[in-house]
Amino acid sequence: MTLTGPKKKDPQKRTIVPTLPPATRSRAGLGLSVAAAQGRFALQHCAECGAVQYPPRDACHACLSHDLCWKDTQPYGKVLAETRVQASPDPYFRERLPWRMGSVRLTAGPVVLAHLVDVRRGEDVQVELRLDRAGQGVMIARPKERSDDMEDDPVLRAMGTHPKHRRILISDATHPVARPLIDALFAAGAAHVFAGVPEMWRRPHGVSALEGLENVSLLPLDVTDPQSLKDAASEIGGKVDILINTARHIRPGGVLGQDTTAARDEMEVNALGLMRLAQAFGPGMAARTADGVNSAAAFVTVLSAHALSPDPAFGAFNASQAAARSIAQTLRAEFAPSGLRVACVYTGPTEDEWHQSLPPPKVAPKTLARSIVDGLQKGLEDIYCGDVARDLAERWRSDPGLLEREITGGGA
Amino acid sequence: MTRAPYDGVVLTCPVTVPYVRYSNETAHWWIARGLRGALDAAGLKPAQIDGLSISSFTLFPDTPVGLTQHLGLSLRYLDTIPMGGASGVVAARRAARAVQAGDADIVACVAGDANRIDSFRQLLSAFSRFSLDASYPYGFGGPNATFSLIMDAYMAEYGATRADFGRIAVAQRANALRNPHALMKKPLSLEDYLGARMISDPVALFDCVMPCAGAEAFLVMREDEAIRRNLPFARIRGTIERHNAFADDPVQLRGGWAMDIDTLYAQAGCAPQDIDLLQTYDDYPVISMMQIEDLGFCEKGAGAEFVRAHDLTIEGDFPHNTSGGQLSVGQAGAAGGYLGMVEAIRQVTAQAGPTQVKDARLAMVSGFGMVNYDRGVCSGVAILEGAS
Amino acid sequence: MSVLDQLTGALAGGDVRVVDLTHRLDPDFPVIVLPPEFGQCARFRMEEVSAYDHRGPAWKWHNLTLNEHTGTHFDAPIHWVSGRDWPNGAVDEIPAEHLIGPVCVIDCSAGAAQDDDFELTPEIILEWEAAHGPIPAGAWVLMRTDWSLRAGADYLNMAEDGPHSPGPTPDAIRLLLDRDIRGFGTECVGTDAGQGAHYDPPYPAHFLLHGAGKYGLQCLCNLDRLPPRGAVLIAPPLKIRGGTGSPLRVLALIPGGSK
Repeated sequence: MTLTGPKKKDPQKRTIVPTLPPATRSRAGLGLSVAAAQGRFALQHCAECGAVQYPPRDACHACLSHDLCWKDTQPYGKVLAETRVQASPDPYFRERLPWRMGSVRLTAGPVVLAHLVDVRRGEDVQVELRLDRAGQGVMIARPKERSDDMEDDPVLRAMGTHPKHRRILISDATHPVARPLIDALFAAGAAHVFAGVPEMWRRPHGVSALEGLENVSLLPLDVTDPQSLKDAASEIGGKVDILINTARHIRPGGVLGQDTTAARDEMEVNALGLMRLAQAFGPGMAARTADGVNSAAAFVTVLSAHALSPDPAFGAFNASQAAARSIAQTLRAEFAPSGLRVACVYTGPTEDEWHQSLPPPKVAPKTLARSIVDGLQKGLEDIYCGDVARDLAERWRSDPGLLEREITGGGA
Repeated sequence: MTRAPYDGVVLTCPVTVPYVRYSNETAHWWIARGLRGALDAAGLKPAQIDGLSISSFTLFPDTPVGLTQHLGLSLRYLDTIPMGGASGVVAARRAARAVQAGDADIVACVAGDANRIDSFRQLLSAFSRFSLDASYPYGFGGPNATFSLIMDAYMAEYGATRADFGRIAVAQRANALRNPHALMKKPLSLEDYLGARMISDPVALFDCVMPCAGAEAFLVMREDEAIRRNLPFARIRGTIERHNAFADDPVQLRGGWAMDIDTLYAQAGCAPQDIDLLQTYDDYPVISMMQIEDLGFCEKGAGAEFVRAHDLTIEGDFPHNTSGGQLSVGQAGAAGGYLGMVEAIRQVTAQAGPTQVKDARLAMVSGFGMVNYDRGVCSGVAILEGAS
Repeated sequence: MSVLDQLTGALAGGDVRVVDLTHRLDPDFPVIVLPPEFGQCARFRMEEVSAYDHRGPAWKWHNLTLNEHTGTHFDAPIHWVSGRDWPNGAVDEIPAEHLIGPVCVIDCSAGAAQDDDFELTPEIILEWEAAHGPIPAGAWVLMRTDWSLRAGADYLNMAEDGPHSPGPTPDAIRLLLDRDIRGFGTECVGTDAGQGAHYDPPYPAHFLLHGAGKYGLQCLCNLDRLPPRGAVLIAPPLKIRGGTGSPLRVLALIPGGSK
């Protein structure tokens, strides 16, 4: 089955109001969402007896230990039983019936209920944790071999943020990622790319390479200029299905060594710019999250992994990244009722003029582009691009205090 | 250790408050009517009872504690049985022990629930933590989806067909047509059953119960008290109760009944062939079929063959769910867990009227309740005997 | 009748006209671009504080972000290192009477149309004096290039070797300083030529003018409407404590007969 592009909208029909699948979870249950946001398949394991738990709980079902930890788990199993739900009192599923689900016995032990994607009773499957439209982690059972059009399955499409047939706004076409990102988005089936150009009057570097590309429209857009955002949003706001914020102002330097001029510019672009973008495009996108094949799906922003813990050599910039991350988290809460996903792409040092003197590894624009599109295809919220970002995030999760001391030079 | 018999304790005054599909009345209202009906049948005033056992999903924010003030009852035994379809059996066996021990003289067991428009969806949406975390996000099919998976696995495992389950539903409808209180009043043919629209494959429309409002009640007292008041009564020959049985079974193809059935027959001093009528918990026909197996009426997996070989109607060779069961009477929340118990008391005390099974003396009542995640967790069985 | 009565009468009657030499402050109006590792001139930005709404029911207003040197602006002596110690060299210290005065306009538009790097040389100034008389002491001298008709990238005219726009040579500025002018103004983004960094001294207009306590005006427009001499320039910057310059509204009074 291959998903076909949307027909032109009937202007006499009301746009479908977004509904969400059940969103309430227990505290333990939220662990599934945390794992799904990062694309991990993690379940609770008992630290004492090793029993794998599901559904999530507060004490081990085998030995009553309360020491349960979330660990990556073998994501395989076999479908025990299946059904097609054809009646549901829940408005979200009612609009999407029939809905295929079933029970899967994991090789790790537990039986999970899962959304079924192209698998039947008795089949060996791979299980993934994905975020659903309510932003909560859910089990997906799918064939072990991933097929090209697997993501076209209505179950995955309904919960995902895949670029296929969607129209994407890249906020800053002068970012080195712009060109490879455009290529990757089209390779993933995107319908159109709008690329914002700040200070169009300067004819910024790199933008001319995008002129005349098929299905790419350049438009003036400067995240520091409310009027330009207003103008852009009134022109294309109703057509933006995925927004990828690439606007970035970066200068090296810590806090003591300089005044706040560069820091202010960084805050203006990186933090407040994100806010302005969300204010200009967010409400329109949030209203369109159930708008058919090319419904609005995701609001993505690119951040330095040092948003989690600063590198003093880029102290002021990292402060803006931490602020942007915080803003993205608030946006996630604010967009939650609409089902619009907010994704943060955390990258290590990028291969550009501002990191020129740094040793490798550095993230090439192509790699960053691939990470963004891969994250969109999997519907992730936390996307880590490159070894530096992955490593930093892992250390941050395990001990933020230790990470800070390691970065600031305490580590031998 | 040998389990003590239920000597000297009886069940009496079975009452059904006729069900309605939707009602604005509250659980308090329905429970009060059930209680009043049982007291009226016994000729008792509220002050004359000292025990109360309540099962209800819709009392919130109250618990049965609130009901004591609400209904003006001063009690020395107050119980709440939150076991859904197993509530009737569990309420009876616990009240019986309290009365037997002298902790209470007369215990009223009442189950009742409201059903306003949309209250079923709301009840579902907060039914259990495991459901919130691991069941509702997958299509929100409620118990229909859960039991479709059980039915799918059961059919695949044992080769049962939809028509086999249809026989159970069709026979119950025939029974229900004799029960004036049944909400389903149209005859049901096997063709109707097979042709019904799918709800969650393979569960179709007539595999499902209809949520409604209503109440059921009975009294538990000493046998001498019942005789003094000239009340027809039933004795308890034996009971069992089990929760979270066979937790390692990947799919629920058997219930807790199978774990303890031998001790039940041992306590009751009888065998399956002695049972005159069976009341199973029929939230879905597949569960009734599972009970027929697990209660020892046939081998595991032979349920389909059994229902093909037997007539499950009131006048048949295997009278089953004689009131029409929840499938045809309706499911009034927790009262659904009392339906079989109240009907069985009526049957063995020859008070069942139009649904009366001739010469019914021994009745088996089976309960099953509470889909916490992927299966029903609670089960219980009682064997009742009329006092002839 | 007093002189001022005569002036107001002439303004009302059209014998004296007012010409606006100011560009609109607009987020897209170009500002000077320096190598990225240097501090940058803030672009003009305007954010709504309220607009007759819940943030302020009966009024509308904006917060502005801009540099002292954004848009049509005034350069004070302390803007440049050479003028850092000049007494009263900040915008708030400049005597008010310095802010109104005579203005001479040297038309270089024909040359600038031919050559993006057109230079104002002493020869051109002397030629102008031959035609219009000596530049009076205390006069503003404006270099007309019609550069203000350009917009966006063409205005900065950046190439890989930097911007290309007309401006004065060091000797031209020295000559103007000999004439004891009040200040020098251009239509370009700075008083110096786009390639002014390559003169000796670099950026001679900035270096020499401010080192001599003189003022600068840039991003002017409508210079084509001024007579070569005889107009009065009104150019008061905002009174910013220690300010090195200021966006401002530049007006010229011209005789009613001129175009």
